[in-house]
Amino acid sequence: MADPLLRVDNLVRRFGGIVATDHVSLDVGDREIHAIIGPNGAGKTTLISQLTGHLVPHGGTIRLAGRDISRLPAWRRSALGLARSFQITSLLSDFTAADNVALAAQAHHGHSFRFLANARKEKGLRDAAHAALERVGLASRADVPVARLSHGEQRELELAVALATRPQILLLDEPMAGLGATESARMVKLLGDLRREVSIVLVEHDMEAVFALADRISVLVYGRIIASGVPDAIRQNDEVKRAYLGDQHVVTRNG
Amino acid sequence: MLLLVEQILNGLQFGLLLFLLAAGLTLVFGIMDLVNLAHGSLYMMGAYFAATFVAWTGNFLLGCALALGATLLLGIALEFIALRHLYGRDHLDHVLATFGLILFFNEAVRLIWGPAGLALPLPAWLTVPVQLVPGIYYPAYRLAIIVVALLVALLLYLGVMRTRIGMLIRAGASNREMIGALGINIKLLYTLVFGLGAALAGLAGLMQAPILTVQIGMGENILILAFVVIVIGGIGSIRGAFLAAILVGLIDTLGRAFLPNLLRQILSGAAASTAAPALSSMLIYLLMAIVLVVRPEGLFPANRR
Amino acid sequence: MNASLNVRNVVTGLVVAGLVLLPVYSALSGNVFVLTLFTRIVILALAAASLNLIMGYGGMMSFGHAAYLGIGGYAVGMLAQEGIGSGFVQLPVALAASALFALVIGALSLRTRGVYFIMITLAFAQMAYYVASGLARYGGDDGLTIYKRSDFAGLLNLSNRVQFYYLCLACLLGVVFLIWRIVNSRFGLVVQGLRSNEQRMQAIGFPAKRYRLVCFVIAGTMCGLAGALLANNTDFVSPAVMYWTRSGDLMVMVILGGMGTLFGPVIGAVVYLLLEEFLSQLTEYWAIIMGPLLLLIVLFGRGGIMGLLGRLKRG
Repeated sequence: MADPLLRVDNLVRRFGGIVATDHVSLDVGDREIHAIIGPNGAGKTTLISQLTGHLVPHGGTIRLAGRDISRLPAWRRSALGLARSFQITSLLSDFTAADNVALAAQAHHGHSFRFLANARKEKGLRDAAHAALERVGLASRADVPVARLSHGEQRELELAVALATRPQILLLDEPMAGLGATESARMVKLLGDLRREVSIVLVEHDMEAVFALADRISVLVYGRIIASGVPDAIRQNDEVKRAYLGDQHVVTRNG
Repeated sequence: MLLLVEQILNGLQFGLLLFLLAAGLTLVFGIMDLVNLAHGSLYMMGAYFAATFVAWTGNFLLGCALALGATLLLGIALEFIALRHLYGRDHLDHVLATFGLILFFNEAVRLIWGPAGLALPLPAWLTVPVQLVPGIYYPAYRLAIIVVALLVALLLYLGVMRTRIGMLIRAGASNREMIGALGINIKLLYTLVFGLGAALAGLAGLMQAPILTVQIGMGENILILAFVVIVIGGIGSIRGAFLAAILVGLIDTLGRAFLPNLLRQILSGAAASTAAPALSSMLIYLLMAIVLVVRPEGLFPANRR
Repeated sequence: MNASLNVRNVVTGLVVAGLVLLPVYSALSGNVFVLTLFTRIVILALAAASLNLIMGYGGMMSFGHAAYLGIGGYAVGMLAQEGIGSGFVQLPVALAASALFALVIGALSLRTRGVYFIMITLAFAQMAYYVASGLARYGGDDGLTIYKRSDFAGLLNLSNRVQFYYLCLACLLGVVFLIWRIVNSRFGLVVQGLRSNEQRMQAIGFPAKRYRLVCFVIAGTMCGLAGALLANNTDFVSPAVMYWTRSGDLMVMVILGGMGTLFGPVIGAVVYLLLEEFLSQLTEYWAIIMGPLLLLIVLFGRGGIMGLLGRLKRG
């Protein structure tokens, strides 16, 4: 079997006395959607933050295409093909949608120590931005300031921004959060289409979306992976059922 | 040898004074998240009040006590009238608003007391040299400063660590919202903390007054040093402020005292006399630079929120 | 740049026109004082514009920007003292010294954020003040008189008030133009993005520190230019020009005018310095009014003058 695109081995992260990430191992293959689910507080965002470089692990390794990236800063991982969307929308609110995406493209199109030419007039960047916006269905909202976009549009913009960095692998932290029915359906279709081009690590609460999209699912509870495998196997796993039907409840799509 | 001991004690004394100033500043910043540049103005007011009240009453201790009270009241009034509107706003807003206050205070002082400085003469019983060990004498007043400052530091420590109010202060420093949720009167707590900070600044000012001239702008010079202390010690950390203040006080005093001589051994006479004063004043900033490179969060940072 | 006919642009145009035509007014009315006053205003507007680059666009609240006024000024003064009077040497040295200082201070200070950063830039600028005070050879506390202005070998006569004024104005407009190009360039967008959301910028692949540092150096160098001009204007340089309250003045000009706008700092400088001039003629204790005024501006004025103008509707 070929080397997986992303490989996490025995990742450990502590906060004071709490072990937020407890020897987590998982791998993501080429063009695969690997979902991570788990009750609130399980440590999903902590895990993502270590994968993207915003948090430094205390133990274990992370390998991207065979290369150890465990201690690389976030911006370097982005250069290596790892893109992220945030659980709490994190965009450049003073800029337009197109600006946001164009900046992401700019980061991967040569260097940015250019001081005189107007970057907003750079055809290459504008075209790349437009393409990404088109992909997520926001082409018509390109020149709208982010602050004026609806929540759903902002989530879609997050995805466009991630795509503009030409990633090999997308780490999506609850992309469905706060989306209405139509928007969720659109996002699911979009992610399904994307599977043909990039690998995706999907952290989600929306179980319908997870089971519709995922090639594999890992279940994170109190920082540990208690089960990992194909959706059917997870669906029938007793431990998983206990974790969800116990005192945690599953959050499904918002109305 | 005698000179070394004297300079060490001077450094200690200066450091403790810096601590009083830095403690107030870091308390206010830690609890209310308020950057108060006018803290130096409270220091200055403490000195001006002391010079004035001592002259009026003719009694050194009484004058100082009144000055302390006056500065405390001034601080509380300042918080009540102006500063409480700044809570929750951008730090830049704090910087600008309190900068405006500095201008105001400096001019107000000039209006009331005139542009020339004031002097605060010491009573005779404080000017005698005290024999610490046979052969080593140290001015009584400077010794008094050390004792008083250490006492205050101890009280501060006990107060913050051992009392209920202190617990609220520490809790407030790490989690502001929780304090409000506990039903404590936040406004009162903030006013009290600010008053405490003002009192500490005023105390430092009035204690320093007999040694340095009481003049307009004295607050700004020492405020910068207080900032350096806080950066080195770690924002929000009283313990850090204490240790850093002593360190800064010692390095600055000893550096100014001995660096020129040291330089004269290495460099030529002319170069040494040019470089010496400049280098001496740079010492603490160099220290700050080193700390920034090695530990940007400070040497003894408080627990992070 | 949007050339639409709104209140902001009209006011900006008027201010620029006024500045350009000022020497004409001065010649016609015989009022020389207004020319020297506005020379100073133009120079400080340049300094404010450079501060706006890092504050308004870059989000770096530097409280030590006046240090570069001193460095640029002392470069001119010290070289003049040593017999090197050529502007062709003095100016590059002033710029290089400012750039170097900004590089070192920036590399250290940018390791911190927020209030730490403010305090540290303040501390380093004050350090420069103390160092200058200690340079007995160059006047120390009393300052350094500059007996001859920078010599540009017949190209320009800086002793001619009108020529000097137009030189300063040209520098101001040149710097503003440069800033305009920079903020809309790739580099400028990155710096603005970092101000807006650093976490997001790191996630898409931009290393924050190096961009900020370069921006810091550019701004420091521009202010060094202002410092060199200022020294020529007053024929004098002293540590006082670097005293931290001067940095505060620059900050006020930027905020008053409108942080993050192109001409905001220019308008802010004009208004602040004219106000200072006017108030000081009224009363010796003008700062007593200025102080609370600042407080009120902070509490109630959003976006400064440019913000105010932007909210006014035309017609």
